[in-house]
Amino acid sequence: MTDDSDHDGRVWLGTPAFPEAARSALADTRLRHNLRHATTTIRAKRLDATGEVPHWEELREAGAAIKRRTTRHLAHYLEQLEANVTAAGGTVHWATDAAEANRIVERLVRAGGGGEAERHEVVKVKSMATQEIGLNEALAAAGITAYETDLAELIVQLGQDRPSHILVPAIHRNRAEIREIFAERMGERGRAAPADLTDDPKALAEAARLHLREKFLTARVAISGANFAAADTGTIAVVESEGNGRMCLTLPETLITVMGIEKVVPSFADLELFLQLLPRSSTGERMNPYTSLWTGVTPGDGPQDFHLILLDNGRTDVLKDTVGRQALACIRCSACLNVCPVYERTGGHAYGSVYPGPIGAVLTPQLAGVRRAASLPFASTLCGACYDACPVKIDIPEILVHLRAKVVEAKRDDRALPTPEALAMKAASTVLDSPGLLGVAQRAAAAGGRLTSGRGGRIRRLPGPLGGWSATRDTPPPPRESFRAWWRENREER
Amino acid sequence: MRIGLFVTCLNDTLFPGTGRAVVTVLERLGHTVEFPRDQTCCAQMHFNTGYRPESVPMVARFARVFAGYDAIVTPSASCAAMIRDNHPVLAEQLGDAALREAVADVVPAVHELTEFLVDVLGVTDVGAVFPHRVTYHPTCHSLRGVRLGDRPLRLLRAVKGIDLVDLAAADACCGFGGTFAVKNADTSTAILADKMTTVMSTGAEVLCAADNSCLMHIGGGLVRLNSGVRTLHLAEILAATEGTR
Ligand code: SF4
Repeated sequence: MTDDSDHDGRVWLGTPAFPEAARSALADTRLRHNLRHATTTIRAKRLDATGEVPHWEELREAGAAIKRRTTRHLAHYLEQLEANVTAAGGTVHWATDAAEANRIVERLVRAGGGGEAERHEVVKVKSMATQEIGLNEALAAAGITAYETDLAELIVQLGQDRPSHILVPAIHRNRAEIREIFAERMGERGRAAPADLTDDPKALAEAARLHLREKFLTARVAISGANFAAADTGTIAVVESEGNGRMCLTLPETLITVMGIEKVVPSFADLELFLQLLPRSSTGERMNPYTSLWTGVTPGDGPQDFHLILLDNGRTDVLKDTVGRQALACIRCSACLNVCPVYERTGGHAYGSVYPGPIGAVLTPQLAGVRRAASLPFASTLCGACYDACPVKIDIPEILVHLRAKVVEAKRDDRALPTPEALAMKAASTVLDSPGLLGVAQRAAAAGGRLTSGRGGRIRRLPGPLGGWSATRDTPPPPRESFRAWWRENREER
Repeated sequence: MRIGLFVTCLNDTLFPGTGRAVVTVLERLGHTVEFPRDQTCCAQMHFNTGYRPESVPMVARFARVFAGYDAIVTPSASCAAMIRDNHPVLAEQLGDAALREAVADVVPAVHELTEFLVDVLGVTDVGAVFPHRVTYHPTCHSLRGVRLGDRPLRLLRAVKGIDLVDLAAADACCGFGGTFAVKNADTSTAILADKMTTVMSTGAEVLCAADNSCLMHIGGGLVRLNSGVRTLHLAEILAATEGTR
């Protein structure tokens, strides 16, 4: 694992551990309201959109199978992709980590032609991979401004904020706040918002449209991610709703695509399947409004200079773990976030990573190291809703439990003395492996329970780490007679 | 048919009434139940919290104690799911051939109570009488672990006198999650708050489920609020013959 290095960009942002980070999110009533509304709405839409497909379960199985096959033969498909992109006039770069990927992008932008001003500006299509490597920050440090063109990303960027949802990055903001951000900040970065801007969604969209149009028409370099890349043809696919991505992908002269190596699929024909699975799971639509596909360079049409950066950034380490690597099948639909009882309450920032929610809880510790993100595998009730919703059947609860074991192991290795939790678990395991000791413990608990229970015979406060439990929940006192004691008296001695 | 009761450590220690209820129901249906005394725990807490080596003795004990039973019945969907899904995985990981075989022998005989009643015994009316307003929470492990479907509801609908009311957003998690409720107590409580709201809005007197662990959490919150709703394991409703004696 890549615990001791920081080459991985912004996978792990080093925020407080999940329980603490969650606490402030839980207290944010506006966030809670927005999250509840958004997740409830999109859950219902997704159920409709997936429910109407007669063979949805078979489609999921097929998606999982293709992804399994791809991860098993990843090197093969990546080489095939490289060959086909190159043959079609594109250039392929390999980046081991975030720093290397950022350097390549920076070099390409500087070489991108145009005047002095143009060499310092790029437009961007919404992309998780570039967020993961902290590309905007790296470019800014090099004097290059990256303009996000996805509406929600624009809101996040102008608000100097972090995305909190894969698909709806500004889920934590409401209209009035967006109006304020636009009115205050747009002018600093280009065309200002109209003076009489209201918080009417139409007016907000129009302000964004005018602001962005200026960027599209002047930028010479665009940067995108990729949803899929077909190895057998070298075709890249970007799926989006607004059309701003399409503008970026077609207008500038140079296009740079940063893609995690796991996004490759064996064949162009596989897109038929994934373009059903993705929109239905993600926005609950039968089809997404814009699907852009391109293969290298087409003379006289679209960008004439195309670069594909294949990003590893810890992924080959993940591949070695046969349980954990399922997470690499993710198509970033965000269905798991929307059905997650934890995400619905805490939102994305508490996960301390560009990858929030259930998929973040299994991906971040694997990419950034279980020691750094030790609280994330525990940020789940293991309710299994994510697994049922996932269009490529990633068994997230299985990976969570697997990673919990790794966290416990890492703590065992790192410490001279066991943690109090480890001691308690060891003691519990000794008692629970002995019916005799269990009986003794039950009798002791019954006696103790009678002493500690208050009015109404309930235990209102428990000691130590159990205090969190008893802060909001009463506990019944242990009964006078355990089941095994009752059985002995009433069945064995009858 | 030799029926072994796996009562679970939680029920044995805190909810013995649930174990007695299972015995009552099965005996009423004409079966003899055995309680192998050397049983303890399915190791779910240890396994799910990341303590794999510590779970092994319990997994081995389960396979040893319940070897030879035709049916192993347990009033816990989450323990049934643990045994079915994870005992084989652990045995496989250990590479212990004898354990792997012992686990493989015993796992197919494990039934959660409502599965056993509906699928194996083929009954839905177990002769219960329970004249109360009741709502049912399908726990996550009932729904997505052992996939009980509507078995619990079919059994409940056959109870005489019951006023069974639907629970809104029933499939939503209650926020328990074992050690999650302790490690992430605040988030757990936030999830619980919504579950309690839907439960209270049914006007039910009793909330039931196929797992006392989730019920301990929801019930703990309901009692703290003096909500007037009590929690009861489904088995205890199926065992009830109120007012008939
Ligand atoms: S893990 Fe599955 S459900 Fe979650 S974002 Fe990825 S593909 Fe979608």
